[in-house]
Amino acid sequence: MSSTAVGAEHHDHGPAKGLKRWLYTTNHKDIGTMYLVLSFVMFLYGGAFAMGIRLELFEPGIQYFSPEKYNQMITMHGLIMVFGAVMPAFVGLANWMIPLQIGAPDMALPRMNNWSFWILPFAFSMLSMTTFMDGGAPNFGWTFYAPLSTTYAPPSTTFFIFAVHMMGISSIMGAINVIVTIFNMRAPGMTWMKMPLFVWTWLITAFLLIAAMPVLAGAVTMMLFDIHLGTSFFDAAGGGDPVLFQHIFWFFGHPEVYIMILPAFGVVSAILPAFARKPLFGYTSMVWAVASIALLSFIVWAHHMFLVGMPLVAELFFMYATMLIAIPTGIKVFNWMATLYQGSITFETPMLFALAFLVLFTCGGLSGLMLSIGPADFQYHDTYFVVAHFHYVLVPGAVFAIMAGAYYWLPKWTGHMYDERLGKIHFWLSFISINVTFFPQHFLGLAGMPRRIPDYALMFSDFNMMSSIGGLTYGVSQLLFVYIIIKCVRGGEKASEKPWDGAEGLEWTVPSPAPYHTFSTPPKVD
Amino acid sequence: MRILSFLALALYASTGFADWQLNMPQGVTSSSNEIYDLHQLILWICAVIGLLVTAGIGYCLIKFRKSKGAVPAKWDENLFAEVTWTVIPTIILVLMAIPASKTLANLYDTSNSEVDILVTGYQWKWQYEYIDEEVGFFSNMSTPRDQIEGDAEKGEHYLLEVDEPMVVPVGKKIRLLLTAKDVIHSWWIPEFGVKKDAVPGFINESWMVIDEPGVYRGQCTELCGKDHGFMPVVVHAVSEQEYDAWVAGKKEIAAQAALASMKTYSKDELMAEGEAVYMRTCAACHQANGTGIPAAGFPSLIGSPLIEGDVAGHIDIVLNGKPATAMQAFAAQLNDVELAAVVTYERNAWGNDKGDVVQPADVAAMRAEKE
Ligand code: HEC
Ligand SMILES: [Cu+2]
Repeated sequence: MSSTAVGAEHHDHGPAKGLKRWLYTTNHKDIGTMYLVLSFVMFLYGGAFAMGIRLELFEPGIQYFSPEKYNQMITMHGLIMVFGAVMPAFVGLANWMIPLQIGAPDMALPRMNNWSFWILPFAFSMLSMTTFMDGGAPNFGWTFYAPLSTTYAPPSTTFFIFAVHMMGISSIMGAINVIVTIFNMRAPGMTWMKMPLFVWTWLITAFLLIAAMPVLAGAVTMMLFDIHLGTSFFDAAGGGDPVLFQHIFWFFGHPEVYIMILPAFGVVSAILPAFARKPLFGYTSMVWAVASIALLSFIVWAHHMFLVGMPLVAELFFMYATMLIAIPTGIKVFNWMATLYQGSITFETPMLFALAFLVLFTCGGLSGLMLSIGPADFQYHDTYFVVAHFHYVLVPGAVFAIMAGAYYWLPKWTGHMYDERLGKIHFWLSFISINVTFFPQHFLGLAGMPRRIPDYALMFSDFNMMSSIGGLTYGVSQLLFVYIIIKCVRGGEKASEKPWDGAEGLEWTVPSPAPYHTFSTPPKVD
Repeated sequence: MRILSFLALALYASTGFADWQLNMPQGVTSSSNEIYDLHQLILWICAVIGLLVTAGIGYCLIKFRKSKGAVPAKWDENLFAEVTWTVIPTIILVLMAIPASKTLANLYDTSNSEVDILVTGYQWKWQYEYIDEEVGFFSNMSTPRDQIEGDAEKGEHYLLEVDEPMVVPVGKKIRLLLTAKDVIHSWWIPEFGVKKDAVPGFINESWMVIDEPGVYRGQCTELCGKDHGFMPVVVHAVSEQEYDAWVAGKKEIAAQAALASMKTYSKDELMAEGEAVYMRTCAACHQANGTGIPAAGFPSLIGSPLIEGDVAGHIDIVLNGKPATAMQAFAAQLNDVELAAVVTYERNAWGNDKGDVVQPADVAAMRAEKE
């Protein structure tokens, strides 16, 4: 699906022709585009599993998918969405925008950039192939708790482990690239505290990636040893401990959830001021808030494990640490509100998505605060309340921010304005359907519906049906986004250098579409 | 705005009703009540904060529109405001942390229990062993397959019913010791405010004092494989007299079973009993018609190697299981009569026609050999 015409114009020397352009490219814009296209394909692919899930849960009883297929679907849905859709989408945005925002000609390590992208299609193909293997695809959830994922796992688990390693290598290389680029390639005058927040949030995210991904690699390697080499890291019968797996997994997993949200903060921090036509409120505290969220993310992991049987002091520690995160997160939300206050606001599609992010991410954040309260979590844990919580922070959170960013920067990428009317329809369909999908899941969880079940007791029927209707609508609505993008790439009203009158930043000083090579001589920032 | 009305609804419903239950049940133990109060407190705090934030954003969006001629201000800092929205949330958090810590400490106090029950999770059933009474049994979901597959009307307690519930006395402190035999499971009854992971190789503790007699239902809440959605938890809370009578009855049945294993049975008797045991214990994996689900690693038993082979091998795998596979050891789960019956059944059902008849004594002999 290399449908993009970005950079097709010829400057000093343009892109190579045909397939080679994409295979061999070291251009940050090409690589950014490939990441974005891949992530969107993965979003539809992971979304197809979600549609399957919602279809099965439409009514009580087993209708379309057997329980073992259902478990494979939830696992693939989670893995594809986390590693295939959300993370690569942000890497794509980083590739496109970081050099443009700091006035650099490209990423610092362009060949590695190419490699870190091209690993991914192979990783996801390998993961997908497991569906056709004996014993089926991985069926232990995206959190793959041992021993369900070791002793009791299907044989395809080995391929899953290999795929996770590949994704991890790709992420680490991407992160190194971001860090090196930001440290070394800022234009003269682009001091640390002048960097756009998107650059800041990505810098911090990159450090999180470098710290977290090797831990994930460690966890899956230990699984590999348990499965094939007779070790017992996670097997109590051999002196190991299944709970050790959870500690290691969540030591990666909690930073991981911030990896998926911090760049979203950056995107929203660019868009809200642009359409409120007023500078971002509290830039410095925004930077510090992101940094402290990132640091805290390493000492809260066991709040995912309040029920595994930890000592009381440990529960208290993880509860308090988790509650602390509410403070910097709150600061961010209030700062965004203050940015709107006394602005001059218009409601183009990127702004609508960013505003929806602000309200609905707050909703997800507040349910997160409720989950952090240990004793209350005894009831919420592993129910649909948790499913509702993390989908609120990930879909109207991360995914809405990505969509907001896509609409915001599409004119820069393609040189055309997208169809504003269709964009608004896409927004309202998404906004309404996502709430119909996930809001009722709070009630389901409180009423006692466990997560990851293919069938449920009759008292959960009504809200499930509602949630399924919302989910299927949301899924179908995204096809409109495909159409809007293709239409925008193909043509449309010409975009000026700076199509949004309130937008700030170096990316708006280059022509639209951004030429294949930009900032060959660094701009001066004052 | 729709979200707001949803939220308002959520707050209205302090206790649930029928199908549109919105909130957590208040429950029937002191723990569940404490958790419920804490939940209400934090729900209200979060709802109010959420409403204020939404209202604030709504106000800005209405008041400061460009289309209404709003002119943007230039400021981007205000120390006082920033300090305010750091300090106030901190105070609110402390106010939430205090009751939360107290409740947590209380939930951890498993001392002075009067009834101790060892709860063991298996793929996909629970075992309850009453430590002081030497009573123990398995609890399997009893919802028939045809209800799940839509071939029969779904019953009132669809998926939340078992063949043998846990029975406990009201008003006594019950301590649960939780563990598992294969993967991690999690035992949950919302009305008790008790949820705890059952981890293989480790023992976790939890406790409850139930205030009101009744039938309470919950489910396994940790993904534990194929039938994770089909391992309900059901507890009957009864008066102390009823409980004592139940314990006595259980002991009586155990004594009779011991006698029964001395007897010799006809093939028809064994086949009938065997079919019942098979449907209850084996069909989840090997399927009612014996074909298994080979794609998911559960082999067919029709003409399979061990069934084609001699009886000893067949009894052995059922007694002792096969390590590191889902085929668990049934030695502790089934008595000799049940084991003899199910092996006889498997060897003579679905077109298998080995003609063998296995007697309880054969099983007992193999058990003895093992020990
Ligand atoms: C949790 C799933 C599960 C349950 C329940 C289960 N089995 Fe199995 N069974 C298996 C698996 C998996 C195997 C294959 C083990 C292997 O060889 O890898 C197996 C193998 C067998 C075999 C050997 C087949 C052959 O010829 O190789 C027999 C016999 C058997 N089971 C009988 C039973 C009986 C009797 C019951 C009920 C008392 C039962 N199983 C319950 C999963 C299960
Ligand atoms: Cu379970």
